[in-house]
Amino acid sequence: MTVACRVIPCLDVAAGRVVKGINFQNLRDAGDPVELARRYYEQGADELTFLDVTATVDNRATTYDVVTRTAEQVFIPLTVGGGVRSVDDVARLLGSGADKVGVNSAAIARPPLLGEIADRFGAQVLVLSLDVKRGGSTHSGFIVTTHGGRTETTMDALDWAREAIERGAGELLVNSIDADGTKQGFDTELISLMREISSVPVIASGGAGKAADFPPAIAAGADAVLAASVFHSGLLTIADVKQELTHEGVLVR
Amino acid sequence: MSGGSSPRVVVLDYGSGNVHSAVKALEAAGANVELTGNRARAMEADGLLVPGVGAFSAVMEQLNKNRSAEIVDRRLAGGRKVLGICVGMQVMFERGVERGMDTEGLGEWPGAVTELDSPVLPHMGWNTVDAPENSVLFAGLRDERFYFVHSYAAQHWTLEATRPFPEPRVTWSEHGARFIAAVENGPLSATQFHPEKSGEAGIRLLRNWVGSLTTD
Repeated sequence: MTVACRVIPCLDVAAGRVVKGINFQNLRDAGDPVELARRYYEQGADELTFLDVTATVDNRATTYDVVTRTAEQVFIPLTVGGGVRSVDDVARLLGSGADKVGVNSAAIARPPLLGEIADRFGAQVLVLSLDVKRGGSTHSGFIVTTHGGRTETTMDALDWAREAIERGAGELLVNSIDADGTKQGFDTELISLMREISSVPVIASGGAGKAADFPPAIAAGADAVLAASVFHSGLLTIADVKQELTHEGVLVR
Repeated sequence: MSGGSSPRVVVLDYGSGNVHSAVKALEAAGANVELTGNRARAMEADGLLVPGVGAFSAVMEQLNKNRSAEIVDRRLAGGRKVLGICVGMQVMFERGVERGMDTEGLGEWPGAVTELDSPVLPHMGWNTVDAPENSVLFAGLRDERFYFVHSYAAQHWTLEATRPFPEPRVTWSEHGARFIAAVENGPLSATQFHPEKSGEAGIRLLRNWVGSLTTD
């Protein structure tokens, strides 16, 4: 009995529609999130992630509605990230039907937020989302960025992951800004470094372009793989990815 | 769902996290579902589902505030079915030990809920289970995976058969260590995983439970 590798489609949502850009720019419409969520559920997705990419106050209500409608018809775990700034935001998302929330910039701005969320709802609802970039002068060679990679911090990505786990993060969503949108494969070096320091599950994100890109991410130590555009474009189905993983000896559902 | 002949299930609303999915999944499984903390409604339903997410101590505090132990006790004494899910299963044991804090549970079953011994926690994702042949919950569900998310679990089963109930049926899983994934013990059943988050296999398991509410 071993836990299976999870395949997670990520739906970037803005104003109630799914969007996905290359390197987070030139967002382009890709459909109704609830409809897409349902399609992925039927294809065998193990979890779903919604990322609210234009989390303005006006669009917030739309996101809660999308979350609720999705949770009513899709019986797999649902994570929602983007613009989560407070314990109240988390309460509202969980109340709308989310099972987990992704926290990113707000935790960088105020790390104690992680402990506040974990204390109230448990570590299992708290996903630390990291947008990681190579470069900078930190010791691992990987730095934390914010605003979808546009703003660099001085924080070492591995140090931040360690601290976040200590503060109560129950899972790491590790997104490589360098790989994101390139379709050249996951950053396996980053994944294996994260696996070494992490006592919580690691989700690999950024760079998937073909089915063969997924098994190396698992081999590098990821517990789950996340992708967006390869699924939205119809280039790959969830089943294609699972078939490739099975072929490479990875356990899937 | 309206269906006059559908078994009536109350999902106990005592302030525990996300319960919408449990309501919708039970409806998909053929139940007539009500989400309420009302004691009379919880007592008279054909089945009572006790959800639970978060810390054992926080769940117990909220259950105690609602005097839910009494609802569970009285239902079980009358042979009326109860299903606990995740921490809603854990609190059925005598004690929960989390981060050094030892909390008294509802005590329907002997034993303690303790941390799993694994390099990666929480145990998060889809795992297989080892269910006994005569399981009602897992009927037709061999080789399926279910969605788990937890760091603590009951890891020993010490309760023997208590007349007039049949032998407790205990289902196991493993993450670092063997732990109890589900129990069927007379009117009280429970799963450590989330059937409401386990896709079609989870709906099927809930349908098995809902089907048992009016047949015996």
